[in-house]
Amino acid sequence: MQSVSKTPSIRIIEKVIDETPTVRTFVISDANLADVLPGQFAMVWIPGVNELPMSVMVIPEKGKAAFTVRKRGVSSTALYDLKAGDQIGVRGPYGNAFDIKDGKIALVGGGTGLVPLLRLAKFAKPTNDVTILMGSKSKDEVFFEDAANQILQNNKHQVIACTEDGSYGEKGFVTDVLAKLAQTTKFDAIYTCGPEIMMHKVVQLANSKGIFVQASLERMMKCGIGICGSCCMDEVMVCHDGTVFDGEFLANSKEFGHTHRAKSGILENY
Amino acid sequence: MTPDLSVSIGPISLGRPAMLASGILGISMEVFNRIYRNGAGAVVSKSLSKEPWEGYANPTIVGIKGGYLNAVGLSNPGAPYFAEMIKPNKDVPIIVSLVGSIEDEFEFMVKQFENCNVTAYELNLSCPHVEKVGLEVGDDPKLVTKIVSRVKSVAKAPVIGKVGLGTTNYLDTVKAAIDGGADAITAINTIRAMGIDVETQRPILSHKIGGLSGPAIKPVAVRCVYEIASKYDIPVIGCGGISSWEDALEFIFAGASAVQVGSAVGDRWIDVFSEINDGIANYMKKKGYSKMSEMVGLAKRF
Ligand SMILES: Cc1cc2nc3c(=O)[nH]c(=O)nc-3n(C[C@H](O)[C@H](O)[C@H](O)COP(=O)(O)OP(=O)(O)OC[C@H]3O[C@@H](n4cnc5c(N)ncnc54)[C@H](O)[C@@H]3O)c2cc1C
Ligand SMILES: Cc1cc2nc3c(=O)[nH]c(=O)nc-3n(C[C@H](O)[C@H](O)[C@H](O)COP(=O)(O)O)c2cc1C
Ligand code: FES
Repeated sequence: MQSVSKTPSIRIIEKVIDETPTVRTFVISDANLADVLPGQFAMVWIPGVNELPMSVMVIPEKGKAAFTVRKRGVSSTALYDLKAGDQIGVRGPYGNAFDIKDGKIALVGGGTGLVPLLRLAKFAKPTNDVTILMGSKSKDEVFFEDAANQILQNNKHQVIACTEDGSYGEKGFVTDVLAKLAQTTKFDAIYTCGPEIMMHKVVQLANSKGIFVQASLERMMKCGIGICGSCCMDEVMVCHDGTVFDGEFLANSKEFGHTHRAKSGILENY
Repeated sequence: MTPDLSVSIGPISLGRPAMLASGILGISMEVFNRIYRNGAGAVVSKSLSKEPWEGYANPTIVGIKGGYLNAVGLSNPGAPYFAEMIKPNKDVPIIVSLVGSIEDEFEFMVKQFENCNVTAYELNLSCPHVEKVGLEVGDDPKLVTKIVSRVKSVAKAPVIGKVGLGTTNYLDTVKAAIDGGADAITAINTIRAMGIDVETQRPILSHKIGGLSGPAIKPVAVRCVYEIASKYDIPVIGCGGISSWEDALEFIFAGASAVQVGSAVGDRWIDVFSEINDGIANYMKKKGYSKMSEMVGLAKRF
């Protein structure tokens, strides 16, 4: 049984890896978080600043875990600016996990949405034929290509980087590249994590072709454990009932792809 | 015969004894529907203010030994937004929790709900006092009476005063609410508390001091319900640390007519409501009770 912590425990940042000019990975030792299931997340406390939900990044060494952070607002920037030796608090892991099907699977992600997908790749069955599609705006935002190849070294696999400006890999939106690929390749399942508009398109595409699909969603999180309700979407609590949801459920959601709640609980459009 | 789990809390009638406590999962109509379907007798909304509030920065809620610490800062979408959201509701008994610091705010908020199906209003009296720094509304009995009587004068639904353990004797707050015309009392809110991370030597909650909830406060809450029910002739709703049917019955025996469940949702998920219903029903069968009211206050006979 996985042990779940509801109180923050302090960890020292052991290593900082620059992924792109705006994305860094922070490595810690945490035996509990090292083995979380794909899709699960932790609440990461930046003392004196905030506490943010973060997916747990795969690190090859035993007992290590990491967070891969894109600097956006004040809090993620404070996390991004931390150095080796600094302290963060972690609690978790929380949430459910992707259901990994047999056969040919596609992982479609953008930005830090690749974090849970790489963990999914790590949990893939030896028989899975894995295609990873990673979307970004341009070449200098591409990251995790090597990590993906490394994690999947024992699987039949391909890693396709897509850039909107065509400066690297395939040109275009990752969803368009997926649509083209799906015309010739029959996928048994598709998994997605990243910007909600992207996930919405992926889910629509998969549903229209009758392919099993799951997406890992983001919503405003405070408790992370199904108490406060701030992460609610339709009738589910994304932190507790998710973060992973099936295409069938998402197809009937009034909010998925359209709205999310602000800190006060007011619905806002994407 | 299957025991009747319905309860009467003064003028309020509910089909089942355990409600969702205020501030727990309470921000969307779809979620309310789900919780009601899962066995809650009613749902109490998050405490609503006149304007939307963002609340404090995280950490706002953390688990500790024996329960949870929280200081969410009463984040809520505001009464007008919430009223609009629940307008279509017909089926779910919703108790609207309101928070404010003067009676005019409460009047404004109640008026927003004129065209809504509201089972009752619950006044959260643990809002910070505007004039007396460090005190809560509930610490000022005169203000409590003013607020409750103003709400009573404008509200079409029954009015519940929710008390916590502030700095004045909470029994004086109860008395003040009764004087204002309250139909029932909910006891108790969270207890002011704090946790410090030993490694960083920092308070864990961003607001430093917050409220304690969960199993740790249950014996305190049972005592309060017992004292209120013994001293005053007013229906009481018990709240604090309830996570099983045995816990719920403890409050009923102490004198509560119904109960509310909050933090236990974080441990037992929303299944907790049907577990409580089934457990109480079995107990009633075993002991030969047919109605909830037969059990209210039984501990007072000793
Ligand atoms: C399950 C989950 C996993 C995540 N994993 C990662 C990850 O691996 N790497 C990564 O860089 N980011 C991840 N995020 C996003 C991250 O939690 C922050 O939302 C983001 O870093 C922006 O934070 P900020 O405070 O700097 O932004 P702000 O400028 O303060 O806010 C920008 C937006 O971020 C979102 N946001 C802010 N606070 C929260 C919060 N407490 N919970 C959810 N959303 C919030 C809101 O949509 C807000 O509008 C994840 C989010 C979730 C829900
Ligand atoms: C995260 C959280 C938020 C809460 N928000 C409110 C609130 O908005 N209004 C209120 O009257 N009580 C609020 N409470 C208090 C609960 O309604 C309840 O009185 C208290 O938690 C004790 O019950 P419990 O031990 O079952 O949780 C909140 C409690 C928690 C844990
Ligand atoms: S973050 Fe609190 S219920 Fe999901």
